[in-house]
Amino acid sequence: MTILKKITMAFAAVAIAASAGLAQAEEMRKVRIGTEGAYPPFNSVNAAGKLEGFDIDIANAICEQAKFKCEFVIQDWDGMIPALLANKFDAIIASMSITEERMEKIDFSNKYYNTPPAVAVKKDTMVKGISDADLKGVQIGVQSSTTHANYAEAKLPSASLKLYPTPDEYKADLVSGRVDAVIDDVVVLGDWVKTDAGSCCKILGTLVPDAKINGIGAGIGLRKGEDDLKKAINAAIDAIRANGKYKEINDKYFAFDVYGG
Amino acid sequence: MDNLATLLSFGPEGWADEIAYGTFITVSLALATLPLGLLIGFFLALGKISNERAIQISADIYITIFRGLPELLTLFIVYFGIPIALNLVVHDLLGFDVVDVNSFLAGMMALGVVFSAYASEVFTSAFKGIDQGQYEGGHALGISNFNTMRLIILPQLIRLALPGLSNLWLILLKETALVSAIGLTDILRSSGIAARVSKELFLFFGIAFLIYLILSIISSLGIVAIERWSKRGEGVR
Amino acid sequence: MSNPDLPLTPAIDTLRPPPPARRWSKARILGVVLLSFWIAAGLSMIYYLFSAFTWAFYDRYAMKFVNGIWVTFQIVGISLVLGALLSIPVALGRLSKNKLIGAMAFGYSYLMRGTPLLAQTYLVYYGLGSFHQELQSIGLWWFFREAFNCVILIFTLNTAAYQAEILRGAIENVSKHQTEAGDALGLSKMVIFWKIILPQALITALRPYGNEIILMIKGSAIASLVTVFDLMGETRRAYSRSFDFQTYVWAAIMYLSVVETLRRLWNRFEAYLTRHLERDSD
Repeated sequence: MTILKKITMAFAAVAIAASAGLAQAEEMRKVRIGTEGAYPPFNSVNAAGKLEGFDIDIANAICEQAKFKCEFVIQDWDGMIPALLANKFDAIIASMSITEERMEKIDFSNKYYNTPPAVAVKKDTMVKGISDADLKGVQIGVQSSTTHANYAEAKLPSASLKLYPTPDEYKADLVSGRVDAVIDDVVVLGDWVKTDAGSCCKILGTLVPDAKINGIGAGIGLRKGEDDLKKAINAAIDAIRANGKYKEINDKYFAFDVYGG
Repeated sequence: MDNLATLLSFGPEGWADEIAYGTFITVSLALATLPLGLLIGFFLALGKISNERAIQISADIYITIFRGLPELLTLFIVYFGIPIALNLVVHDLLGFDVVDVNSFLAGMMALGVVFSAYASEVFTSAFKGIDQGQYEGGHALGISNFNTMRLIILPQLIRLALPGLSNLWLILLKETALVSAIGLTDILRSSGIAARVSKELFLFFGIAFLIYLILSIISSLGIVAIERWSKRGEGVR
Repeated sequence: MSNPDLPLTPAIDTLRPPPPARRWSKARILGVVLLSFWIAAGLSMIYYLFSAFTWAFYDRYAMKFVNGIWVTFQIVGISLVLGALLSIPVALGRLSKNKLIGAMAFGYSYLMRGTPLLAQTYLVYYGLGSFHQELQSIGLWWFFREAFNCVILIFTLNTAAYQAEILRGAIENVSKHQTEAGDALGLSKMVIFWKIILPQALITALRPYGNEIILMIKGSAIASLVTVFDLMGETRRAYSRSFDFQTYVWAAIMYLSVVETLRRLWNRFEAYLTRHLERDSD
């Protein structure tokens, strides 16, 4: 009798433990995160085929904080918003600026960093400055469907624009001289000119961002109506800002505070 | 040289494993697309030779559309358009959870419909090469329509269509490269990533070029073997 | 002598069964279903475009699309013409009895036809781009600097290989007897080739040439992946900004109209050039 009781209890215990485990697994919301993997130091793919960078670490920290089961999906930049809308993933964590134009289609979390755009040129450049007059007739390379492309189109009408699918291509074309200048985030370009590949080039200056075009910092892109997810992510951003996790990641990559004012 | 050996190694610092995986994806995609394209193409050809005007026109519309659109555009339309349309139907009307078309499936569908449009032309002209008497013979022997098609027409059809289809296979193999533009890590995309990260653009794009060339050569040799096999009954002339 | 035709004619008439009444066979039902599907698809597309269209969209993108088509035409036109010129020596090389020349021509043609146009384009644009210093020192960089030139170069090399195969097939098709007849008349090799073989070969090559033009129009969409704003490039740019799916639908309509128009014109052109053959075969 006691043996039977013991066995029954053991079974019951296992069953309870199993169901508790299940319940916990169910609570872990699965969130697929779209990222580009071509935007160092924020997100890039290394030779082992693994994603790395500031965005990736922040994404992992947010997922850990919010108890999400996260999985990354690599998506080309110009298909990022369509892919989110087509439900290929649930959130974009890829240094996407929060702009009015994008807000028409998708929703954003609060910002998780904010840095200004800059112009990079070759060290022996003929380009004198970063005003529209200085850039007259200059070939400018930017990544397509970025705020930088929109900025150049709106504010630098005298320059001629070339659009590239990823930053690596405009970088290659700046090195080879197919374009005379490139525009991107100051951190991205600043990091690059310090590498061997970018040793040809320098930062000419930072542009004054136009909030209407450049937005108010990088946020996490979400489909409209996903308010629970947005709330959870915003709470997680606040939490990692408060508990030092954000600073830890920040310091791993940057010598300054990227969160911005 | 040391650096080059590292880049081309299979380890975590090298890109050989990524590119090998890309090659696997390219070959799988082409192999998965082939039966789909052949099947649709065969039914399209049946439609083209049908006596029913409405079927003929329907097949013609299909062929005109998918033969006329750039493959790259078809790919984008399938990749971005089908999920939107599916979500509209499945999610908003039926209330089911959302569905996704991943880039492999999108590539398979897009390349499959394009392949079928071209394959239908090969099949149609092969059908024309089969004498009317073959159908009548089957009919006279009391063989059902289905079995006439299966046992009498199809074996001859395959032999007649083989050269055209082999050509289409070679085209398909090359067209899989376009899926790199919708994010599938095939040969071109994996070597493209390697090229960008390592800054060895010529090296890695050159490797991609060579892998495609090798795949084409293997295919050509395979095709020669299959054609010889299919002609084994014809005897020496 | 009685005329045998007269009594027979009515007999055949009575023997011939009446034409079967058109009934709702399975095939017919299928046909109607399929056709209704296409009609429904066409109508819903028109409805979609009608509801999605705005004048703002038109103002913003219409001219860009037109420019894009123009660039596409330029790429296709220039590459096809240059490719046709280049294809003649390649085709002759393929036909040459000299083993070395034959192997070289075959190697070139296989290299171009055995690899994807996209891989070739990347190799030339980005791959050669990384040798800008070397290219600069031999004075060729001005050419490779422009994406448009790179695209023209690689498309020309690519189509030349295909056109050479078309030409070679067509020349081989023109019977050997034609050359022998020319020889017997004491015509020179050049005259035989240019005046007898080539004209006939070109006529049999008309259809594959037409296909090649269409393949080039479709293939030229690849130029959009290396910063050229052809029709596909403008489409991608418009989509990446507006995320409005109608951009792709409009692009599809434009490509289809161009390809279909061209195909029909080419068919007419072919029928016109081969009208002397029609009468014979009939």
